Amino acid sequence: MKAIRHVAVNVFKESVRDKVLYSIVVFAVILIATSYLIGQLTAGQDLKIIKDLGLASISIFGLLIAIFIGIGLVWKEVEKRSVYTLLSKPVRRSEFVLGKYCGLVLTLCTNVAVMTIAYYGVLAYLQRIALSGELATSPAPATDPAMLKAIVLIVVELMLVTAIALFFSTFSSPFLSAVMTAGVWVAGHFNDDLRNFGALVDLPLVARLTRAAYYVIPNFAAFDVKNEVVHAQPVPLGYVGITTLYGLVYIAFVLAGAVTVFSRRDFK
Amino acid sequence: MDAIRTDALTKHYTVGFWHPRPYLALDSLTLQVGAGEVFGFLGPNGAGKTTTLKLLMQLIYPTSGRAEILGRPVGDIDVKRRIGYLPEQPYFYDYLTAEELLEYFGSLLGYAPAERRARARRLLDQVGIGAERRLQLRKFSKGMLQRVGIAQALINDPEVVFLDEPMSGLDPLGRREVRELILGLRDRGCTVFFSSHVLADAETLCSRVAVLTKGRLVAEGRVSDIVAFRVRGWELVVHDLADATLRRAESVHHIVRATQIGDGRYALELPADPPPERVLGDLIAQGAHLVSLNPLRETLEDFFVRQVGGAAIDRGLGHA
Repeated sequence: MKAIRHVAVNVFKESVRDKVLYSIVVFAVILIATSYLIGQLTAGQDLKIIKDLGLASISIFGLLIAIFIGIGLVWKEVEKRSVYTLLSKPVRRSEFVLGKYCGLVLTLCTNVAVMTIAYYGVLAYLQRIALSGELATSPAPATDPAMLKAIVLIVVELMLVTAIALFFSTFSSPFLSAVMTAGVWVAGHFNDDLRNFGALVDLPLVARLTRAAYYVIPNFAAFDVKNEVVHAQPVPLGYVGITTLYGLVYIAFVLAGAVTVFSRRDFK
Repeated sequence: MDAIRTDALTKHYTVGFWHPRPYLALDSLTLQVGAGEVFGFLGPNGAGKTTTLKLLMQLIYPTSGRAEILGRPVGDIDVKRRIGYLPEQPYFYDYLTAEELLEYFGSLLGYAPAERRARARRLLDQVGIGAERRLQLRKFSKGMLQRVGIAQALINDPEVVFLDEPMSGLDPLGRREVRELILGLRDRGCTVFFSSHVLADAETLCSRVAVLTKGRLVAEGRVSDIVAFRVRGWELVVHDLADATLRRAESVHHIVRATQIGDGRYALELPADPPPERVLGDLIAQGAHLVSLNPLRETLEDFFVRQVGGAAIDRGLGHA
């Protein structure tokens, strides 16, 4: 466990010193902060737009970080051979993979926390200046804590995307890993369509393949409750809990796959 | 107990994308290295030296055979606490400073923060980059990275240390320092297993060597056993030697080669037999003065050339 922690801290240190990551986070924070201006373009819908845009920013920029750092995490170590020295120390390959994963999750959580603070900061400011009188008619306060449910599920989704990116990076190049991870993410958002696709085509093989894909690819749409929280519709805590559990089980399977592949690899 | 032991260690790679075919990188390597030895693992580029080291570090898995370090199978976590490894042309996290890198590795070895900081500083001073310890590794030259690599390999005072081409990228002074460092490790009882194609290093450092070519072990033993060390001739250097005296000496004695190295200064290569005293006596009687007389012995390099053939020499073997 200590090895996992040390590897994770090192990944976090790398992220903190990575200028690209800073740029992404700073850009996201600026976008969230200026959403107030964008919201003013839509009369009467200011608050919803701002809430929606903020959550979307957290989700998209988090996704960018998860994919673009996740795909290079293991690949870079192998390609540049820094893994040679590391694995000569008392570190199991499984600990290396899990440490890398935990480090990136730590980075993601920190970034999401920064974006969330910026998000709630903007909303608190709006609440104070009582934007357009809309707050009076809004069913939920500007700084509605229920939006944290959506952010929690965004984090779980990002953790799953990170695990998938890491899995691909244990055996393929960053480009292929990015394409495959993005592919899984997109397909995962249309998971229900995959299930029903068989009924629309008259090809048993295609039906079987889409059905198999439905079972293998995680249902990313389940993590998306942004609309519900923005429109103040109830999102039961039980749903958040069960979806989080669903995500964690998937993450465990994907990481087990990553560890298995990485543990058998020859570093030529 | 042997410090390192391999038993019929074999590694095949599959090469070729469209027509995959096996490539034998290491063929049934059986070796024993005793505790406290400085063992030289020699061979031309592509001989299988790095493959062997990677197998010993379990960075690759053997096709067949087995290997042990300190009596335990390679990859054993407890053994990893007792060994050090310098890979060939090491690369480290360039966003870390040299000190942070060593502290990171120290943390993986379980040292407390104060202890790992003290070790990092001591080792960086020892390899001559103490002043640059707070510089990010991205600013380091190849030679400096090599020194960091050596320092990290020694962070845990290892019982066995594996060095893959440790002199690579170092200037002459750096090479001398590494030679002294290896001898220092030997003096404190550490087993040193190092690969090299620089034979001079092996000759001056190793108690035993193994020579590998095309994945096969072609010789193993003490340097003195492998190389006969017979005198195959003499190199006589004289000065104040007149041209006429040299011409007369060449007609009377068997002089293999005469090379002028200065005004009236010559290096003469003489055969092993007859002894050089007569030539020397004649030249001195004619007014020449002795500068030096040295026996020409067969070197490990001569042996190496015989074993691996001229093709390997063309690929860049020899003294660096």
